[in-house]
Amino acid sequence: MQFMLLFSRQGKLRLQKWYVPLSDKEKKKITRELVQTVLARKPKMCSFLEWRDLKVVYKRYASLYFCCAIEDQDNELITLEIIHRYVELLDKYFGSVCELDIIFNFEKAYFILDEFLLGGEAQETSKKNVLKAIEQADLLQETKEQKVKLSILH
Amino acid sequence: MALKIVKGSIDRMFDKNLQDLVRGIRNHKEDEAKYISTCIDEIKQELKQDNIAVKANAVCKLTYLQMLGYDVSWAAFNIVEVMSSSKFTYKRIGYLAASQCFHESTDVIMLTTNQIRKDLSSPNQYDTGVALTGLSCFVTPDLARDLANDIMTLMSHTKPYIRKKAVLIMYKVFLKYPESLRPAFPRLKEKLEDPDPGVQSAAVNVICELARRNPKNYLSLAPLFFKLMTSSTNNWVLIKIIKLFGALTPLEPRLGKKLIEPLTNLIHRIMSADRSVYIPFLVARVRTKGESMSVLKYVKAMFVFVVKYLGLLAMSKILKTHPKSVQSHKDLILQCLDDKDESIRLRALDLLYGMVSKKNLMEIVKKLMLHVDKAEGTTYRDELLTKIIDICSQSNYQYITNFEWYISILVELTRLEGTRHGHLIASQMLDVAIRVKAIRVFAVAQMATLLDNAHLLTGNVQRKGICEVLYAAAWICGEFSEHLDNPTQTLEAMLRPKVATLPGHIQAVYVQNAAKLFATVLKSQEGNTDSTAAQETSQLMIDRLPLFVQSANLEVQERASCILQLVKYIQKLQQKDVEIAEEVIALFAGELNPVAPKAQKKVPVPEGLDLDAWINEPPSESESEDEQPRAIFAKEEPKHSRPRHTEVDEKELAKRREARKQEQANNPFYIKSSPSSQKVYQEAPGVEHIPVVQIDLSVPLKVPGLPMSDQYVKLEEERRQKDRADKKKKEKKKRKEKRSGRGKRHDSGPESEEDITPAHMVDIVTEEMPESSKQGQNVCLCHFRLSRPLADSEKLPVRSHRAAEVLKSPAQDGDAESAASQEPKKKSSKEKREKKKDKDRDRKVRVTCLQHYSPPPSPVNDIQGNLQDGSQVVVSVIFENKCDSFLKSMEFNVLDSLNSKLQRPEGSGPHDGLTVPFQLPPGVSNEARFVFTMQSIITPQKLKGTLTFIVKNEDSSTHEKLDFKLHFTCTSYLISTPCYSDAFAKLLESGDLKCSSVKLEGVVMPFHHLLARICFRHHFSVVERIDSCASMYSRSIQDHHVCLLVKTSGQTVSIDAKCDEPTLLGNVLDEIKQTFSQC
Repeated sequence: MQFMLLFSRQGKLRLQKWYVPLSDKEKKKITRELVQTVLARKPKMCSFLEWRDLKVVYKRYASLYFCCAIEDQDNELITLEIIHRYVELLDKYFGSVCELDIIFNFEKAYFILDEFLLGGEAQETSKKNVLKAIEQADLLQETKEQKVKLSILH
Repeated sequence: MALKIVKGSIDRMFDKNLQDLVRGIRNHKEDEAKYISTCIDEIKQELKQDNIAVKANAVCKLTYLQMLGYDVSWAAFNIVEVMSSSKFTYKRIGYLAASQCFHESTDVIMLTTNQIRKDLSSPNQYDTGVALTGLSCFVTPDLARDLANDIMTLMSHTKPYIRKKAVLIMYKVFLKYPESLRPAFPRLKEKLEDPDPGVQSAAVNVICELARRNPKNYLSLAPLFFKLMTSSTNNWVLIKIIKLFGALTPLEPRLGKKLIEPLTNLIHRIMSADRSVYIPFLVARVRTKGESMSVLKYVKAMFVFVVKYLGLLAMSKILKTHPKSVQSHKDLILQCLDDKDESIRLRALDLLYGMVSKKNLMEIVKKLMLHVDKAEGTTYRDELLTKIIDICSQSNYQYITNFEWYISILVELTRLEGTRHGHLIASQMLDVAIRVKAIRVFAVAQMATLLDNAHLLTGNVQRKGICEVLYAAAWICGEFSEHLDNPTQTLEAMLRPKVATLPGHIQAVYVQNAAKLFATVLKSQEGNTDSTAAQETSQLMIDRLPLFVQSANLEVQERASCILQLVKYIQKLQQKDVEIAEEVIALFAGELNPVAPKAQKKVPVPEGLDLDAWINEPPSESESEDEQPRAIFAKEEPKHSRPRHTEVDEKELAKRREARKQEQANNPFYIKSSPSSQKVYQEAPGVEHIPVVQIDLSVPLKVPGLPMSDQYVKLEEERRQKDRADKKKKEKKKRKEKRSGRGKRHDSGPESEEDITPAHMVDIVTEEMPESSKQGQNVCLCHFRLSRPLADSEKLPVRSHRAAEVLKSPAQDGDAESAASQEPKKKSSKEKREKKKDKDRDRKVRVTCLQHYSPPPSPVNDIQGNLQDGSQVVVSVIFENKCDSFLKSMEFNVLDSLNSKLQRPEGSGPHDGLTVPFQLPPGVSNEARFVFTMQSIITPQKLKGTLTFIVKNEDSSTHEKLDFKLHFTCTSYLISTPCYSDAFAKLLESGDLKCSSVKLEGVVMPFHHLLARICFRHHFSVVERIDSCASMYSRSIQDHHVCLLVKTSGQTVSIDAKCDEPTLLGNVLDEIKQTFSQC
């Protein structure tokens, strides 16, 4: 996988993860282009599109678009599965996730993604294991700073 | 101290945290930029503080701003600071920020190496984990090199959590620092059998990705993966494994067979569970025989699901191996053309391209035309248009049975609005009109209509794409103006003032072709004895042409003024009542023939021309080399050097001039000065002899209410039905005679591909045989060359590709040749020429042999051959029918020897003949190819063979037989290969070569003739020539080296030869001796 983008119906970027080193300018250009292309598509259209020399796999969950770019030989359906699995993870972690959860806890969303994917490859397919790792890491974080950070968790 | 901490916490209470920032941004929708710039100022302040918590908070906010598209690269150093915090909370944020903001050119990355190394070896697994995660995003070649060893150690960490991360990140490290692959690979392989499924799947992932880049290295792991595949229940892992096998199977075909069973089991298992439809698609990637058949079933099932796109993708994969099975799903695919989604439509189009056959072409194109009308968006419409043309024109119009239909399609396509592909349509029109002679009448009529309605095409200047079509239309109308119904009207149309708005290159063609048309019109009008009409036409030209003379385009201007003057002159003559039409016509006489792109290669290099040789003596150093020739052969005599180009006297010059003239006269590619020679072109037997099935044109060409091309679909149906009916009738008549143009006899069952006879024939101009359009001529060319003695001026040819010579004296040969061409029925000598070409290396060899026979009038065969590799020989035989009867049912058979065998299709016995896949009308020649397998090439071979055929006269048909011999000389296995003198010397010094020599007495020919003859007939090339001594080199198709040293003194020629195969050498020398004993 080359990169993953999350953006809203309005085209606001909510999360981005790049697995290929690109300059900021390049990233911005790609993001803008891709967001436009995907938003222009109608709901009944298929989830895969060929874009430049990549394939883009996207899926819409409520008001959020999850969008991944993969190489030509990669499997589109497994990418769709990855997206779905990631949404499931978010859902489990936040408890029926909504866009605002991701906006306000965007670093958590990243941590979950990092536990699930590494370098663009799925590293852990078990939902349980991912969540366990995240919870333990959070615990580590909270024990150290529960005094100061309590207010943030609301 | 305590106070400071308290103060810090109090400060922090007033800081914005991330949530506040997000909320703030959401509340300042109108002046977001302004709000953020104040925030950034605050963050800058925060970063200056010592408190790491404050810094981490600031970095966290920066990460968010970075995502929104603000530049935060200035904070890179602060990010590193936060990364190096000892507290996990901050470290986590620091690494997150780094993974989001850093890229390869971020210079602070250098500072992180030690920090990361420390984190990697941290006792806390989450510290390590977060470092690995971060590293995966910003690893640089330097980092990869420095940390590879640490990561490798982590691969055998006690905690699976770390192991799997370490394994995965190794892939990134391999990419950045490939040298690490070899040392790390054994450990990576170990991880395939890790007890933890997560680590296992990570290892599978990495190896699968690696294998995509270079599958060969991972073939040895196949058994391991096979085991994993049958045992694993994790679908994620299975998918990767199957993908890996997809990369491996092309390298190891046996693997594919082995995989069929487990894969089928998998599919069954997974198809029953609903969501995971992806496996079948993957399986399609493992392209193996047989297996994809069963997959197709599942692919079809995929259409039922939403994943049409994947289904189409999979189909296109299967199409490559099993075209037939996909064809049955044509309707399904055509439906996809209606899909809303463009990528699905494009995929479907791709598939259609591969699915067409003679039978369904018209139907498919008709459907596509409907879509063209409906399509919205020019890009998709253009795509449709190109696909239609691609589909129709693929492999030399193989699938088109009716070219009138095709022309109508093209004309319909010109009505498209806003297409960019005008030139494509134009080139198709030109191509078809030139190559399909029978269509010209029709094409010209259509083009004339187009020209007449040119205003429809040029109505909008923006649509300049489509007016390219007028280029083709004008050219076709001009070139084939004799077919025009009403040339005057077309001429008028071409000279309309509106034309001046067209692009320059089109105007130029208009002007030129107006002149051609003018010539035709003039001719028809002069015949009418009404001289005023002719003069009116001239006047029309004179009136209209000045418009073009003023054109801004130079080409148009030049042509127009030239033609204008010409017409004025013609008018002057007309007024004197001089008949000039003939002369005007002569301006454009002669026919343009299609020339293949690689035709130039087929033009033999003239014998005197050595393309590698210096035109002038190379400067200085070569002379010193001349003076000190290297001792190549042991018995070499001392030589004197002399400049080469000295004694060119008057006589010699005249001789050369004569020879050149003769050569030019024989060379059809040379443009002659006299117009009469052009007529020779047309008289030469050529394409006119290709049988063309005439189509009944009584059906009106325009059906009201129907688009033009539709009627052809109907027409074609009728034609096929008629054909079928005819055939049935014939069969009832107890098969009195076979219908012409049919290869096989079929039952009245469903039509097969071969059954559909094309209505028109195409002149096929392929790369291999560009001469096919004028094959007759080319044969003549061969004959001339054979009989002509070597000209004095001709030097040593290297790597020439020319017709072989007959082993006969030149004079006799010439006689036989002319007799053969003048009286085909006369008992004539039959030559077989076998040109053998090593395709891989692009070198040529040939065999000559001569054989007499005396049967009744029957075809003369020319045989040419091609060598494919060391053991396979492709002999291409040109069958030329020189008698007056129709020949059919030809069967070619050769009596195999132990050494050489004719390759026959599987299933046929060793004595079965091969059917020649065509029939021969009188005077027509065609080529068929046969493959021979050779065991050894060191001895010459003769193979006896027979050709049986049926001679069909008007009232009777007889069965005839023709015996022939194929003579494979040793020489024919040699390939003239250039060799440099130093390489040559090294070869001789190596001592691997056996020596042999031969002396020829009474050779009366100049030394260079002698060399030329050896080069020419025995495929040697000259390495070095000094005075009356020359070294030559050649190589056999099985890579034997043959070296010659040729010396002459008086009438004696001595040849010393060396070769690593003594038998081959002996035979080659015998053949050389024979060549010279006959002259």
